[in-house]
Amino acid sequence: MSAKALERLEQRFAECVLETHDFRGDETAVVDRAAIVDVASWLRDEPDLAFNMLTDMTAVDWLLEGREPRFEVVYQLYSVEQRHRLRIKVQVPEEDPVVDTLTRLYGIADWLEREIWDMYGIRFKGHPNLKRILLYEEFVGHPLRKDYPKEKRQPLVRRPENEIADVLARRGKARPLPQPPPRSAR
Amino acid sequence: MGLEFETGRLADAVNWARKFSLFQYPFVTACCGMEYMALWGPRYDVARFGAEFPRFSPRQADMLMVVGTVTERQGPVLKRIYEQICEPKWVVSFGVCASSGGFYQNYATMPGIDHIIPVDVYIPGCPPRPEAIIDALVMLQEKIQSGRGWSQRQYFVEQERRRLGLDQEGGRQ
Amino acid sequence: MMETPKDQESLDLTTMHMGPSHPAMHGTIHIKVQLAGERIENAEVNIGYLHRGFEKEAEAHCWQQIFPYTDRLNYVSPMLNNVGYAMAVEKLCGVTVPERAQYIRVIVGEIARIADHLTYMAAQTMEMGAFTPYFYVMKGRDWLWDLLEEVSGARLTHSYVRIGGVAWDLSEGFKEKTIEILPRIDQVVVELDKLMTRNRIFLDRMQDIAVISAEEAISYGWTGPCLRGSGVDYDVRKAHPYLVYDRMDFEIPIGTDGDNMDRYMVRMEEMRQSMRIIRQALDQIEPGPVMIEDRLVVIPQKAATYNTIEDMINHFKLVIDGIRPPRGEVYSYTEAGNGELGFYLVSDGTGRPVKCRVRPPCFMGMAALKQLIEGHMVADVIPTFDTINMIGGECDR
Repeated sequence: MSAKALERLEQRFAECVLETHDFRGDETAVVDRAAIVDVASWLRDEPDLAFNMLTDMTAVDWLLEGREPRFEVVYQLYSVEQRHRLRIKVQVPEEDPVVDTLTRLYGIADWLEREIWDMYGIRFKGHPNLKRILLYEEFVGHPLRKDYPKEKRQPLVRRPENEIADVLARRGKARPLPQPPPRSAR
Repeated sequence: MGLEFETGRLADAVNWARKFSLFQYPFVTACCGMEYMALWGPRYDVARFGAEFPRFSPRQADMLMVVGTVTERQGPVLKRIYEQICEPKWVVSFGVCASSGGFYQNYATMPGIDHIIPVDVYIPGCPPRPEAIIDALVMLQEKIQSGRGWSQRQYFVEQERRRLGLDQEGGRQ
Repeated sequence: MMETPKDQESLDLTTMHMGPSHPAMHGTIHIKVQLAGERIENAEVNIGYLHRGFEKEAEAHCWQQIFPYTDRLNYVSPMLNNVGYAMAVEKLCGVTVPERAQYIRVIVGEIARIADHLTYMAAQTMEMGAFTPYFYVMKGRDWLWDLLEEVSGARLTHSYVRIGGVAWDLSEGFKEKTIEILPRIDQVVVELDKLMTRNRIFLDRMQDIAVISAEEAISYGWTGPCLRGSGVDYDVRKAHPYLVYDRMDFEIPIGTDGDNMDRYMVRMEEMRQSMRIIRQALDQIEPGPVMIEDRLVVIPQKAATYNTIEDMINHFKLVIDGIRPPRGEVYSYTEAGNGELGFYLVSDGTGRPVKCRVRPPCFMGMAALKQLIEGHMVADVIPTFDTINMIGGECDR
């Protein structure tokens, strides 16, 4: 469907496109991290490509496969006039999880990048307001990373007279209540 | 202090009036809200139980109905609203997410609101049918009539105990 | 309308918090506004109070166990989410469902869409102070939920769709019941129209409020009724037809101004178009199987599971290990109640996803809310927020 777009991308940015594939009809290109803003603005501004909608942006953590680089940031682009789609992926290493922001190109990139920061800890250079969006500021860690245990809660408030803790304390088997982490810890 | 000692007919009459004039504060968060909306509708009319009109200010309400999943982020909000409702007050935990966390057992959700506030009636279901909610409402009304309600009574008694430095039996710690 | 004189604009602004526990029954949203009198100078929209960890749960479950979680995404039209997710996994596996299953998915999906838009009408009108339409809508919605309950067993969270088709066939007499109920729903829509659309107060509160242009809407990733209200002709059912939508004859309502009134009118008209689609689908549907026979994706029938060892092992492996799609990634999209609902699935060949991302249409709506309400008055926040039709389960997942 957008095979033409993929070809033109490969011609224009031959040195930045690391890999392309087309699984189940979804054209995908893996581009170099440093070139993402140039690639995205070219895709948006080129008249017969006109990828004017950033449909979605997310990240994938490949820790369990042991892949290097660990993260992949995935952009789904769509053109409302031309009705074609393209997926761009950028590989991000764990030691330096930074990507350039697309907030100057698309209005929705603001919130989508905040969500990726919240869930994966990937920073976006140049983002005007990179803070957590789905979780609270006191939360420590990035939960969608594969090494964050699913059930590790960080409660903000608990009933002080937790009955179970009281009963155990009276029987001499005191167990500390789960406490939220101190605000200074980051 | 006087209300703890009222007995007999006066207590029954007051409880009868309380149970048939419940002003709910609907703390609606998620999908259970849809069944809650259906409860108000003409088919499962909740007005016939006197618990019809929701009061969207905690100061004017006496029943806190926690509808839907409460996340850890929403916890302080719920606790503050609970504390703002004047006594006598009752808490109904609507749906399995509010009662025990439901099938969302992860970093974000609170495993039941009874970790932060005392609850009078739990309604299981995901979401519970309106008939189940009406059953719970009638159960709550029986609890109010028999004077066993007032979930906050134990809560405040324990607050006082803690403030005075007493243990469960009343002796100094 | 009162204008603050220029020399008084340096006065302090009043900060007001709307939410996170809010009577507007759309879920939990916190909007912090700074007011100069009644006019909003700054707004800050905070979401995430209903973040329930859908993606983390999905990574811990098998592919077919995720259906109940998808029900609770856009919980006013759960069938549409089920269909969207099933189509994504089927795209990943490379299978196509039988035709009868496709028709059934279209029928139940459109019933869910009507229920979604009716709930929107109820919330919109009630939060602006008009209580009567709410009761008419509840009456109508309960009839629709009766139909869906007959088909799936539950009023709200159906989990009726399966990977490879639908769980079981439609019940006896479903077609007759639906044909009987549709005119009654139409009557409810007509009553809502008469009550609200030309109501002076309603028009004053909705027309020319929160205007957004087509370019800005596209830049914010808007899709669905909100985007069509701004004049952009994009509906996934027409632009990229899936299931059997290419055999249906229906129109896409498009707005002109991009204000609240247009978004409301688009949804009003979409309900009528959905009823057209349901009637055509019920006419065209033929008897046939509702699940494919592919043994790698669908568990065998009960009789076979109990009587043959191969089918029992097949059943065991599918339930314990889960369906194992090939290694790869797909992005699959359908038209849900609020717009393009996308699922980006990444598989590494095991029974559990590496990544199960939901592209939530109302998240994009909420991102633009700040821009929509700034400059308007406090009383305009609620109608604007309602027209975006944010559903907490979908926005925060």
